[in-house]
Amino acid sequence: MMNFESIPLQAFLIVSSALFCIGIWGLLNSRNAVRVLMSIELMLNAVNINLMAFSSYIDNNLIQGQVFTIFVITVAAAEAAVGLAILLSLYRNRVTVDMESFNLLKW
Amino acid sequence: MSIAITTQLICFTVLSLVVIIGALGVVLLESIVYSAFLLGGVFMSVAGLYLLLNASFVAAAQVLVYVGAVNVLIIFAIMLVNKKEDLKPINDIKSRRVISTSICLTLLSLLIRVDVTNVWSLSSPKNSIGEESTIRIGEHLFSDYLLPFEVASVLLLMAMIGAIVLARRDVMSKDISTGLPVDQELIEKSSEPLLTNKN
Repeated sequence: MMNFESIPLQAFLIVSSALFCIGIWGLLNSRNAVRVLMSIELMLNAVNINLMAFSSYIDNNLIQGQVFTIFVITVAAAEAAVGLAILLSLYRNRVTVDMESFNLLKW
Repeated sequence: MSIAITTQLICFTVLSLVVIIGALGVVLLESIVYSAFLLGGVFMSVAGLYLLLNASFVAAAQVLVYVGAVNVLIIFAIMLVNKKEDLKPINDIKSRRVISTSICLTLLSLLIRVDVTNVWSLSSPKNSIGEESTIRIGEHLFSDYLLPFEVASVLLLMAMIGAIVLARRDVMSKDISTGLPVDQELIEKSSEPLLTNKN
């Protein structure tokens, strides 16, 4: 990609920063546990955009960032499956998905 | 990438607007079902951004795994746990909102400052392999990333077994703590919630 007649790298980085911060906001402020999992997926996607942008602009011959993105996608799929299974098990025991009521580990 | 620069810019602007507005909708909308479908839109737009970066294989993997698997899983979970409940009000919710929003805005400004002011050592576009990235990914996966590739398969197996163990119903005939026979009805309908009165 040409430097002067292409989308700048900074544009991709800014989009991914905004997506990451939105994910953190949702993680901190959601009451519904499913929405917390969605926010985690948003943050993982922001990291993936970062990796892909660096892979395309800085390492465009050995595209190692794309390989890392594939591994991140794999781990994200596993994390979503296990997270939703934990959520179902919690719902079965406490009959709610409210994050404020999951305080078993609180001292 | 042989598309004209104007087309690229228009595509990038539209896709990033969809990503940002969709993500805001995911975290801000009241209805969790709307959030789940907007999340699918965000994943599709991120796949479009990958296409703009010459990565067709990762874009296809993104659509298959995120839209096809993760999003469907989330929608299934919403259908399984979808219960109208009145959330208990928290007394210090206002201050919590203010603090978390200011933390997020501070982090955002810090990240954008680093993005803009840092001088990135861009590689020359002559070295770009462009459309052959799929071949290069395959070479990486079977040469220098072979061990992580195999470990990832073990991780997926562990996640699958763990999800099944966590989510299945109790099929034991006796309760371990009380010794009473366990009813095999739908647990969501019949049995008492175990931990709700412990606070």
